[in-house]
Amino acid sequence: MIPEPFEYHIPKNLEEASRLLAQFGGEGKILAGGHSLVPMMKLRLAAPKHLIDLGRLTDLKYIRESDGRIEIGALTTHFQIQSSSLLKEKCPLLPETAREIGDVQVRNKGTIGGSLAHSDPAADWPAAILALAGEIQARNVSSSRWIPASEFFVDLLTTALGGDEVLTAIRVPVAPPRSGHAYLKLHHPASGYAMVGVAAQVLLNEARHIESASVGVTGVGPKAYRATAVEEALRGKAPSRQNLEAAAAHAAEGIDVNSDLYASAEYRSHLAQVYTRRALEKALERAHGK
Amino acid sequence: MATEIELDINGKRRAIHTEPDTTLLSALRDQLDLTGTKYGCGEGQCAACTVLMDGSPRRSCLTRATTAAGKKIVTIEGVAQNGRLHPVQQAFLEEQAFQCGYCTPGMILTALALLKSNPDPSDDEIAQFMEGNICRCGTYPRIVAAIHRAARMMRSSAHES
Repeated sequence: MIPEPFEYHIPKNLEEASRLLAQFGGEGKILAGGHSLVPMMKLRLAAPKHLIDLGRLTDLKYIRESDGRIEIGALTTHFQIQSSSLLKEKCPLLPETAREIGDVQVRNKGTIGGSLAHSDPAADWPAAILALAGEIQARNVSSSRWIPASEFFVDLLTTALGGDEVLTAIRVPVAPPRSGHAYLKLHHPASGYAMVGVAAQVLLNEARHIESASVGVTGVGPKAYRATAVEEALRGKAPSRQNLEAAAAHAAEGIDVNSDLYASAEYRSHLAQVYTRRALEKALERAHGK
Repeated sequence: MATEIELDINGKRRAIHTEPDTTLLSALRDQLDLTGTKYGCGEGQCAACTVLMDGSPRRSCLTRATTAAGKKIVTIEGVAQNGRLHPVQQAFLEEQAFQCGYCTPGMILTALALLKSNPDPSDDEIAQFMEGNICRCGTYPRIVAAIHRAARMMRSSAHES
């Protein structure tokens, strides 16, 4: 439980953090809440030579609304999101996802930005951010850009962040009227990670048919993904049990499904379908309630 | 690259020196002899190392000592006041809510935070809040009973005062 030796840096502002990251190239790593990176370092699965701690960048801790969008600073903890009254009203999928993460100790320290940048294939946030068609802000010394969630998750523990870019914020649209959301998850009994996690947001039209549905899935493949075949199968359809079931059957289509000690690929695919159907049902129930 | 810092632990200022890899857990145990905080797994799985930072439960094995500077840290040694056990400690004794006792300090600190935010938790609320704290002896039913007992004790003493 002793990591490889490393140098520790605690920049005073974002500019200094970006400069350090650019300077160290592949040997530097950003530390946010430290609840994924630090265990990995102790297990020697990660051995950065330079650790750049964002702990003093308290201005990256915020949740605010502007122009129909919610923006969340990268260092906002899971607990802050879980308990935000703004989010409960304007984007309830996020607090619902936050409360499923890890345990109390993890939620008190772990951050949304750290989790997204780490991109664990069984983490919860990627499913929600994908379902909400969110964007992720990446900044380096000289510039800043917004990366759509659909392009952010590249592969196992790999994101579209450049080697010198710091993830600084996340933004998602405010939930529209006649929409409903749900995050459903089967917890791994020991680690609390998602064996399968499905985030769904549905929008009804005036005839109370499904205008659109978006579905983010985690825990199933090497990275979280949008279940586009499910979404297409639902467009314009009546929200009947039969239609949901038929659409959810596509939940793991085209995915290289994980197989491990806890769940074979076949079982996981089945779970993905069942949790997708249930998440859609719950989201629709809530959309009808409005 | 050792640096000297001061931490606020159980209401006292304590000086420690930190290397880049010094965790709050190792500072407490190895430098300050506060060995009530337990080293269970060291990798964030078991929560035996739980302390309160500004009132909220944290894993000290994943918390760097420097990030604890400026925060109020409470360890199990700071829970009893003036030689009197805290009701949560008393309730754990009365319910015999442990076997080997290794998880107990972390359990008690997490339970303290729970009862502060929720003075009368249900079984489900206790299970949900305490889920990160592992007891390998499996005394969970007694722990739940102890938390209910502590809640009753704390509510009745709140009425008296």
